[in-house]
Amino acid sequence: MEILRVEGVNKSFGGLRALNNVNFSVEQGTVHAIIGPNGAGKSTFLNCMIGRLAPDTGSVMFGDISLTGMKPYEINQVGVSRVFQTPEIFSELSLLDNVVIPTMAKRDGTFSLRPFKRLDRDAEIQDKALHMLEDVGLAEKKDVISGSLSRGDKRRLELAMCLSQDPKLLLLDEPTAGMSRADTNNTIDLLKRIADRGITKVVIEHDMHVVFSLADKVTVLAQGTIIAEGKPADIKGDPRVQEAYLGGAHL
Amino acid sequence: MDVILLQLLNGLDKGGAYALIALGLTLIFGTLGVVNFAHGALFMLGAFCAVSFNALLSLELVTIDPEKTTAWGTPLEIRTPYVEAYMGDFGHWILNYSVPVSILLAIPVMLLVGFIMERGLIKHFYNRAHADQILVTFGLAIVLQEIIKSIFGANPIPQAAPETVRGAADIGAALGFDPGVIVYPYWRMVYLGFAAAIIAAVFAFLQFTTFGMVVRAGMADRHTVGLLGINIERRFTIVFAIAAVVAGLAGVMYTPILPPDYHMGMDFLVLSFVVVVVGGMGSLPGAVAAGFLLGILQSFASMNEVKAILPGIDQIIIYLVAVVILLVRPRGLMGRKGVMES
Amino acid sequence: MTTKLSPTGDLIFFAVFAVAVLTMPVWLAPVGAGYPDLLQKFAIFGLFATGFNLLFGLTGYLSFGHAAFLGVGSYTAVWSFKLLGMNPIPAAILAVATSGVFALAIGYVSLRRSGIYFSILTLAFAQMSYNLAYSVLTPITNGETGLRVLQSDPRLFDGASESTGPLISNLFGVEMTGWGGFYFCAVVLLVGFFIAQRIFRSPFGIMLRAVKTNQNRMTYTGLNPRPYTLAVFVISGMYAGLAGALMCITDPLAGAERMQWTASGEVVLMTILGGAGTLLGPIFGAALIKYFENIFSAFNEQTLHEIFSFLPDFLEAPVVSIAGLFVGEGWHLTLGVLFMLIVIFLPGGIMEGVSRIGRLFKRGSSKAEPNRQTAPAE
Repeated sequence: MEILRVEGVNKSFGGLRALNNVNFSVEQGTVHAIIGPNGAGKSTFLNCMIGRLAPDTGSVMFGDISLTGMKPYEINQVGVSRVFQTPEIFSELSLLDNVVIPTMAKRDGTFSLRPFKRLDRDAEIQDKALHMLEDVGLAEKKDVISGSLSRGDKRRLELAMCLSQDPKLLLLDEPTAGMSRADTNNTIDLLKRIADRGITKVVIEHDMHVVFSLADKVTVLAQGTIIAEGKPADIKGDPRVQEAYLGGAHL
Repeated sequence: MDVILLQLLNGLDKGGAYALIALGLTLIFGTLGVVNFAHGALFMLGAFCAVSFNALLSLELVTIDPEKTTAWGTPLEIRTPYVEAYMGDFGHWILNYSVPVSILLAIPVMLLVGFIMERGLIKHFYNRAHADQILVTFGLAIVLQEIIKSIFGANPIPQAAPETVRGAADIGAALGFDPGVIVYPYWRMVYLGFAAAIIAAVFAFLQFTTFGMVVRAGMADRHTVGLLGINIERRFTIVFAIAAVVAGLAGVMYTPILPPDYHMGMDFLVLSFVVVVVGGMGSLPGAVAAGFLLGILQSFASMNEVKAILPGIDQIIIYLVAVVILLVRPRGLMGRKGVMES
Repeated sequence: MTTKLSPTGDLIFFAVFAVAVLTMPVWLAPVGAGYPDLLQKFAIFGLFATGFNLLFGLTGYLSFGHAAFLGVGSYTAVWSFKLLGMNPIPAAILAVATSGVFALAIGYVSLRRSGIYFSILTLAFAQMSYNLAYSVLTPITNGETGLRVLQSDPRLFDGASESTGPLISNLFGVEMTGWGGFYFCAVVLLVGFFIAQRIFRSPFGIMLRAVKTNQNRMTYTGLNPRPYTLAVFVISGMYAGLAGALMCITDPLAGAERMQWTASGEVVLMTILGGAGTLLGPIFGAALIKYFENIFSAFNEQTLHEIFSFLPDFLEAPVVSIAGLFVGEGWHLTLGVLFMLIVIFLPGGIMEGVSRIGRLFKRGSSKAEPNRQTAPAE
């Protein structure tokens, strides 16, 4: 079953055509990678999906909900979470609070005014958040201020924040960018582990190692157009991809 | 028509002062990234340069005329300022022209003040939050104005314009309107010309010198300019000192229009900030345009005909315009994207 | 930043605070602050700063126009006296309501922008209120003279029972000047503090901190920051309105100068001085500034000569004349210097200073305990 369907999306910045009639769909429960050389329009594409940019034409359907024209927080509320290229966390708050916030957002919605309730008495939220931290292996640091974490840990925290919302679709923008090999492998392991939860994932990635160890399906974007799509093994051997992506060199 | 022309003229000189202060504020903000709440105090310091220069010149030599006595029978005292006593006519001329001449004093003083401020305080705040910058310069402004208050007292000290430009011109008559309708003081014309000259000088400096080119590049993208290996720090100091001089000179020349007192800086600061924001943070032409625009609008709003329709509009027009512009054009009239928006 | 306390811990904290506030007349007497007029100011400005801190301390939105709400609260309170009678309760309630409405309107517009633009917008609104109060709104505000209660006012509920003597607010017979006024203000401060404490610990409170830290992440987490900031802006405006009402309850006179931007600057200063984002900080800051204002502005050359009389004569004269700059009329100079020193050396305010000293002690006693908050993660 399709969970996400993008049809005929175009996006231009001034004279530059960043996305050219992109059609794209994601099957429920799969890991779908989007790869492509620098400037291929990957980030623009992602931003069009989550409401950060409005596509000039075309539609983005999530199940039977149209995401075009929705505010980012509305898109999140229907079950789409996003991991950013540079981890976006609440860096002045403790790790636990970082996870508590999305957990509450999931339960209580876009806005809820409860100035007299005690947050630490909300056992449901606290337990779930702590559980999430345990899942990503950060439980023992729950009282640390998150700004002091290493980049790898920040990424894990951000994942925990997204996962705490039980999203139907998780978008990951270069989840291993700027990481050491060890951190990258840890992240891959983590992503594989959470794959068991049945969360559909769309991953934008540079690192082929990451793509081929995670993805069920790969879409190749070049100059705003999809040039190939298929299983990782097929993509690896596709001469068009090698041409566009690596200028002819072999993977 | 004649009324409109009059209000236009009246707005221009105030607009000139706003524009000069806002120009310095924007220059500092654009290059150094610092929100300087003490900029109004610099304007005030400039004004008091003129006051102290005049006070120095007015020190009097007291001689007793042996021949004459006063009506009370006491010896007649003749008071002549030292400058006149020792320099004769030239001294008299200096005294008469004390306001414009004190520019010569104000330039080195303001350069020094700007230099000390930047090296001693502002440079430590480049990487601090804008809120911290606002607060520390706000504290500095209080300190500066209290020092001035303790030296010069709390009352305004009127300064006279030179005799030759003390009157007013009947511009209306010259343009064919009824005489006496559009009367415009000469000094305000002088101020307007002066403001225009300073603005032109600053723009020329930024446009045609290598130094100015680096400053403009810095305003466009500070980070990259730093990466190019250009010593931006030293230039910052100079930029700050220039902005201080511009504000100071604006203050010097404004003294015959508004008798300076210790809190004039704060009054102008709030308005100048509004001007900067309306013009667009970091845009020099924006600051100048907005300065004149708001000065003129304020002048029009204080017309009786306007006040009859919208009572109180003269009191709030500037703020009202600021609110509307900020909501309609979030970056001000000529602001760029990404300034002050983290 | 803030140490988290358990519910009981919070209750004890509040109880200790309440006792400290109510016994201020006793323990502040030795430092010369044990008289009602000054202690009223401590409580009133403490409340004002507490409310301001809910906005600035939690969300980081720096309002430069909070004095407008103070003024609105003051005018409402005096009108309540004029129309309804001298009871402080309706005055306080009405002041909270009107300032809340004002804050809703101003906040709705100003919160469309953030950073310095927000500061300028709030400043613009406050200056507009101030200028209008002085000019066209004179029928409501009585312009420069200030609004006061007159014998001829209707005062619906206490009517013409007393026709002589000055009109003083009274709560069922207890006059709201002197100690009566102080205890009334102190109780209101305690209520305000309690509410602030609850907000700090609530889900709402953590959302406000989230606004300060990362609005982008907040939006992509399914949260809309705007209603949160607007709600806290209104609450904060209500605190200011209530503080304004208390000013009139202790002295039934409202003037427009209360709305000037320097008054807004003062509350910013109090909050920063004490420590933005902490519960006690703003109250400390408010008390400290009002205390110094009181002490320093009362000094004159005479007292200075007495203080420095131990110095030899040739030293005494210059010392006195330098010190003279900072006291009496020149007390604002002290304020400005203090302001700068705090921002430069102690950006977290007094509370940060206290916790630094606390940490020093801890390190001294048990060196083995590493500091978890600052320990590097890996």
